Amino acid sequence: MLQLKNIYFSVKDDDNNTLNILTDISYDFADNQFVVITGPNGSGKSTLAKIIMGIEKPTSGQIILDGEDITDYSISDRAKLGIGYGFQHPPRFKGLTVRDLLSTAAGKTIGNDQCYRYLTEVGLCSKDYLDRDVDNSLSGGELKRIEIATILARSLKVSIYDEPEAGIDLWSFTKLTESFKRMHKTQPGLVVIISHQERILDISDQIILLSNGAIKTSGPKAELLPQIIHETKTHCELQKIELEEDVKQNDFCR
Amino acid sequence: MTFVDKELLRQIADLHQTPKGAYNIRKNGEGIEKQSTANIEIITKTDKPGINIIVKPGTKNESVHIPVIVTESGINDLVYNTFEIGADADVLIVAGCGIHNDGSKKSQHDGIHHFIVGPRARVRYVEKHYGEGEGTGERVLNPQTIIDMAENSWAEMDLIQLRGVDSTKRNTKATLANGAHLVLLEKMLTHDKQVAESSMEINLNGEDAKVQVISRSVAQDDSKQIFYPQVMGNSKCWGHVQCDAIIMGQASVKAIPGITANNADAQLIHEAAIGRIAGDQIIKMMTLGLNETEAEERILQGFLK
Repeated sequence: MLQLKNIYFSVKDDDNNTLNILTDISYDFADNQFVVITGPNGSGKSTLAKIIMGIEKPTSGQIILDGEDITDYSISDRAKLGIGYGFQHPPRFKGLTVRDLLSTAAGKTIGNDQCYRYLTEVGLCSKDYLDRDVDNSLSGGELKRIEIATILARSLKVSIYDEPEAGIDLWSFTKLTESFKRMHKTQPGLVVIISHQERILDISDQIILLSNGAIKTSGPKAELLPQIIHETKTHCELQKIELEEDVKQNDFCR
Repeated sequence: MTFVDKELLRQIADLHQTPKGAYNIRKNGEGIEKQSTANIEIITKTDKPGINIIVKPGTKNESVHIPVIVTESGINDLVYNTFEIGADADVLIVAGCGIHNDGSKKSQHDGIHHFIVGPRARVRYVEKHYGEGEGTGERVLNPQTIIDMAENSWAEMDLIQLRGVDSTKRNTKATLANGAHLVLLEKMLTHDKQVAESSMEINLNGEDAKVQVISRSVAQDDSKQIFYPQVMGNSKCWGHVQCDAIIMGQASVKAIPGITANNADAQLIHEAAIGRIAGDQIIKMMTLGLNETEAEERILQGFLK
């Protein structure tokens, strides 16, 4: 359904050296799947999500949606084809209300009932939020939940969420996880989530593990999740040992 | 009325037909239609151009429309309107001025409005300014608004400049008695080589007087805007001044909010922010299916709503 073919992405640093952010990413996303892209910080997860949405252009490679090469399509063109993207750090808008934003997302003015449905799905009381501006008066968590509601308000073939859990409190996160589970059962389409959270990984069909800008491994959750958890724990223990060694070596500092 | 007249009235006062309630329509420097009601009397001034709008005490849920249109090039219209809002009244006043100038001469309308808001009265005033026309003649609007608020009165003044006004100098002065509450909402759009200057002087004289000044503006192309909102706290009072501007193209915006506390119990705050539309705001709108131009329009539309 959505294919990434040999995607490379590089940038120049201040000294004009080439930094490779993504290296030879190829992956076939199947329709109606729930795919989580995970990996350490700096592994290129968010960049890959932005490349699918068109926010970043790959240095080389192709993006194919339902057989159509969309590599050179703009963000708006991709949005019109049914790709949506939930920001990790959503922007704020002075003067635009939650209702305005949901209506813009839906492509038409939507009624209270629909707004209520989308906001309830992300754990917000509709009557408290509909006429509020999407500005600095909202907390980071509220803003994030409204951002996710704007994705729900669209009929999408591909929904991408960039770290939906970031900035959300524990209660909302539990609610959000349940929402994702429910959406997966009831709504058609491919869902791609960038996440570090085990609970998000746990509700996925497929996991892609990125490391240093390349796909380290990918496969069904049942196979990959135990392996990732094991590696993460081992990695943490190694880090702990290194840290303790470091502290010992720097004892003289105290 | 001509098509141009109707279009101007729609732009400035959302009028599609003769308004209900009291009204006065002024065109090219002369009153052309006028109607009073049992509770709201409109009297033409005898000593100078303009009208007195007298709202009887206790009048509730009534409205007054006093739009002004200028359709001839070279008109210079100066008008003095006085609004006496009786005690405990609750009314909506819709004003505004639309200029259509197809000629080469300057068309100007300067409205000097004096509001006397009685005790416990509530008034919402909406004033929209708009200019259009293919001519090279300037479209100029220099409104002055003076507001005297009695104890425990409430007023919201929405002062809006839509587009097409080449030059404007706004001057707003308010004096608030005990418990009076004023909301001053100014919204302005300038484009091309237009210039706009807005000065405000709010005196919070009474105990528990309260003012909120909210200024939102968009400066496009080569236009210039200057804001001088000043709030004087002369008693135990509360004042908040917020100036936000979006700057585009080669425009310039200067905001100099001022607060002066002449009483130790005066609580006054000012904030001012000027900036371009953020890149991620445009991208967010584009991810919702709008193209770049539509995204910008949607953001500005919300900002100036």
